[in-house]
Amino acid sequence: MIPLSETIGIWLGAALTLCVLSFLYKDNPFFKFAEHLFVGISAGYWATLEYYNMFLPNLWEPLTQQGRLLLLVPFALGILLFSRFTKKFSWLSRWPMALVIGIYAGIAILGYMQGDLFPQIHANLRPLVTDNWLTSFNNILLTLGVITGLLYFFFSKEHKGALGGAAKVGIWFLMISFGASFGYTVMSRMSLLIGRVLFLLKDWLHLVN
Amino acid sequence: MRREIPIAICFLAGIFYTLELFIPHRQVLSIFETVRQWAQILIAFAYVLAIANILRVNFHAIQKNQRDWPYKVVLIVSLFFMITLGIFFGGIGEGTIFDWVYYHAQYPLQSTMFALLAFFIASAAFRAFRIRTLEAALLAVTAVLVMIGRVPVGEELWNNFPDFTEWIMNVPQLAGKRAIMIGAALGAISTALKVLTGLERTYLGGE
Amino acid sequence: MKRILEKLETLDRRIIFIFIFLSIAIPLLLPVNMDFSVTPPVRSFYDAIESIPPGSKVLVSCDYDPGSMPELFPMNVAAFYHLLSRDLKVITIQLWPTGTLLAERAMSEVLKDLPVKEYGVDWVNLGFKEGREVVMVSLGTSIPKTFPNDMHGTKIEDIPIMEGVNTFDDIAMLVNISGGLPGTREWVQQVVLRYHVKLGSGCTAVVAPEFYPYLQSGQLVGLLGGMKGAAEYEKLIKRPGTARRGMDAQSVSHIVVFLFILIGNIAYFSVKGVKKRLKV
Repeated sequence: MIPLSETIGIWLGAALTLCVLSFLYKDNPFFKFAEHLFVGISAGYWATLEYYNMFLPNLWEPLTQQGRLLLLVPFALGILLFSRFTKKFSWLSRWPMALVIGIYAGIAILGYMQGDLFPQIHANLRPLVTDNWLTSFNNILLTLGVITGLLYFFFSKEHKGALGGAAKVGIWFLMISFGASFGYTVMSRMSLLIGRVLFLLKDWLHLVN
Repeated sequence: MRREIPIAICFLAGIFYTLELFIPHRQVLSIFETVRQWAQILIAFAYVLAIANILRVNFHAIQKNQRDWPYKVVLIVSLFFMITLGIFFGGIGEGTIFDWVYYHAQYPLQSTMFALLAFFIASAAFRAFRIRTLEAALLAVTAVLVMIGRVPVGEELWNNFPDFTEWIMNVPQLAGKRAIMIGAALGAISTALKVLTGLERTYLGGE
Repeated sequence: MKRILEKLETLDRRIIFIFIFLSIAIPLLLPVNMDFSVTPPVRSFYDAIESIPPGSKVLVSCDYDPGSMPELFPMNVAAFYHLLSRDLKVITIQLWPTGTLLAERAMSEVLKDLPVKEYGVDWVNLGFKEGREVVMVSLGTSIPKTFPNDMHGTKIEDIPIMEGVNTFDDIAMLVNISGGLPGTREWVQQVVLRYHVKLGSGCTAVVAPEFYPYLQSGQLVGLLGGMKGAAEYEKLIKRPGTARRGMDAQSVSHIVVFLFILIGNIAYFSVKGVKKRLKV
């Protein structure tokens, strides 16, 4: 036996699903209602989670229960962010913003270097001649694809002559890459619709088990 | 004061964190840890700021009786409704009213919004996917091979279809993605360096 | 014929929408349960978890939202089930606030099959923490300082499973269920090589191709891409779920999109002729 709250929830979910799907016909008040409700609930959800998972354990409790007064610094900087709402003091919001941007820029430099740049170059240094013809072929193709692809992104010289030819081959590899991404994107979008249709047919209408 | 101090803060914070990797001393690490906690708190504040901005914009629209203002009321009421449920009516764990609203309202709304994309991608495939050049042909053929080869029907059509698709993914597709990845990494590193050195200052705003 | 093709060129998109809806609804109503094989990235993900000694602790970061739930929720459930059924300890965190309640729900589904598993002893939900990459790097220095409480507010030192867990050194593997940013890319960039972490990713199909370079370079030990990846994983752990169920609809809808591309091009080239339309 499904509890009443669950049944009401399923009907609510189905009604909201249909409100959003109604946009496929054309923009209408039901969709607009659903759209605004979604933004409101999401923002409220986000704020509540920030309260329980950040404000209380990382700021309020250490400050009031453990006396970690140093936390008054980020607290004050956080308050400064709201100076954006005033014309006279909005420049003060740049200080906390600069701290966050600086930290993230530093972290991004390290991340891209140690996570993408060096390991990916290293991973592409593969033997071009091996005992297995298929492995050799694949390695040659991979090396050719990466080098020509990178040459395509090299804009300091006009794409003419040998560079132009190499860049053209690079585009072919990039196109194959985009094609694969498109195929996977279709897969992803269809999955999302499958989820919703399954909800309507199974949980709401009980047409499938 | 208005420009120099933020640029200095940004530079010091960035350099500090780049150096973190090279100075694994316990004492130094504890300083990094402290400032990282500050950054986390500041980002939380930034989200609160974003929510405050949503409220400001929508209150303004209601006050001015702008078009569609009743929907803005829905937005504001649902925002406060959710916060009230979470903070005053039993918390946020499973089985709470907050969880019920999340699962039965936010989940269907958000997932159906994204599901709409299935219809639009199909429509775009029909109307805009024109094979007029060799490059477009490569893109289309790969897309179709991957689309069919990745699902069970592809395997029904040809036993080795999944292996062939895996080869596409592992060799030519990967080559293109790796070139993009290396290029993007170089771009991101240079942008971050420009931010740290104060050459890129858009975050400071208009002044 | 030409008139039909001309009409096709200006076809109302709502007709296309109806075809897409039917291509998904009909296979769900009348399933044939087409079989499929398991691809190497999914097999590697499974093998990586199989190779961990029982009793070890695995960190599962559930970084997604309802927008990608049909793809990621089944793999979240399957990963929890696989880990707990192998007597591994699950510590789950979320870098997306929306992931918190989804992780709870995924675990509830698993606990229906494994009711002996106890909160705090076999698994714990440390909840959401703001800060994206900052949180990832912080975990490398101190997990208890980054997450002082679990999601219910219990102090970390009062939770038995967290005893002896300080940094990534105390974690056998990291599993990331990734719906976007921050997600697998950021975990790879920030922690994999820096803290020598074994990372397995379950991600949406949209981003899966972007992670193949990580898989080949060994920065990822396995990859579940989209609903199909989840279905293959469900097959390996012998617990069919919603992903397995969606595979017929996935097949038919892909065929329909393929036909749309084909018909769209036939109509396009037939109306004005191949020569006029082709750009050589």
